[in-house]
Amino acid sequence: MAMRLFPHPLLTVWIVVVWILLVNTITFGHLVLGLVLGVLIPLTTSAYWPGRPRVRSPLMMIEFMLVVLWDIVVSNIQVASLILFRRGDSLQSRFITVPLDLNSPEAITVLAGTITMTPGTVSADISADGRALLVHCLEADGADDTVAQIKHRYERRLKRIFE
Amino acid sequence: MHGIGEWAVAALILIGAFFILVGSFGLAKLPDMMRRLHGPSKATTLGIGSLLIASMLNFIGVSGRISFHELLITIFLFLTAPVTAHMLAKAHILRSQKDRGSLSPTGRPAGWATLDVDK
Repeated sequence: MAMRLFPHPLLTVWIVVVWILLVNTITFGHLVLGLVLGVLIPLTTSAYWPGRPRVRSPLMMIEFMLVVLWDIVVSNIQVASLILFRRGDSLQSRFITVPLDLNSPEAITVLAGTITMTPGTVSADISADGRALLVHCLEADGADDTVAQIKHRYERRLKRIFE
Repeated sequence: MHGIGEWAVAALILIGAFFILVGSFGLAKLPDMMRRLHGPSKATTLGIGSLLIASMLNFIGVSGRISFHELLITIFLFLTAPVTAHMLAKAHILRSQKDRGSLSPTGRPAGWATLDVDK
């Protein structure tokens, strides 16, 4: 019964939160309206969402978000200084391959997004079997370090969150 | 709203404007498509982030009301910016003969998804 009413409980919570953020005030009326939307939308769209992604440790997720936020600040400053103080041609840009240990599509999506938002890297493609990511580095003097850092800082944590 | 609050808001707006300017400058300055992707996908994140924090501080100071619209903008930005960059990169890999040659190997039997379409 509960499963039928709330096919995606996390999505329901999320819709309520987004609705409250959208109207920008917390009142009982809006909470109810958000809850109605939060029940109706997952119900009507659940046919297109057969899988149910699991989040194993929410606390780990908060740690992950803080790490990523910090890296975004650092990466912005790094990229800004590269843009301002280096001639475009002198940047050693190239593609590197990051082999994946992750299996769940959600985790790989989050990892690819994180790579794009953080120091000097943009994720460009995934291998056809979904086991490796193609990453473009703006300044790749230590490509092996970059791969090791991505695997250590992000992939390790994502593996614990999603798998 | 006086003193420190005003200074903080002004400083955040200036920092934000600076990073957005640098991001756009990078788009114009860097020599090729893949390098150009780096400027707007990153330098602008911190820029817009600072502007949004400035907006929240300002609303608290001016109306005494907490405004959290801005968090939503941040979330949408974090969802859309990487996806846009990824799609642009894929389109570029598909179209550019030169860059296709410079891709690193997958280290797997399968190729990169953009080029390995018929499997």
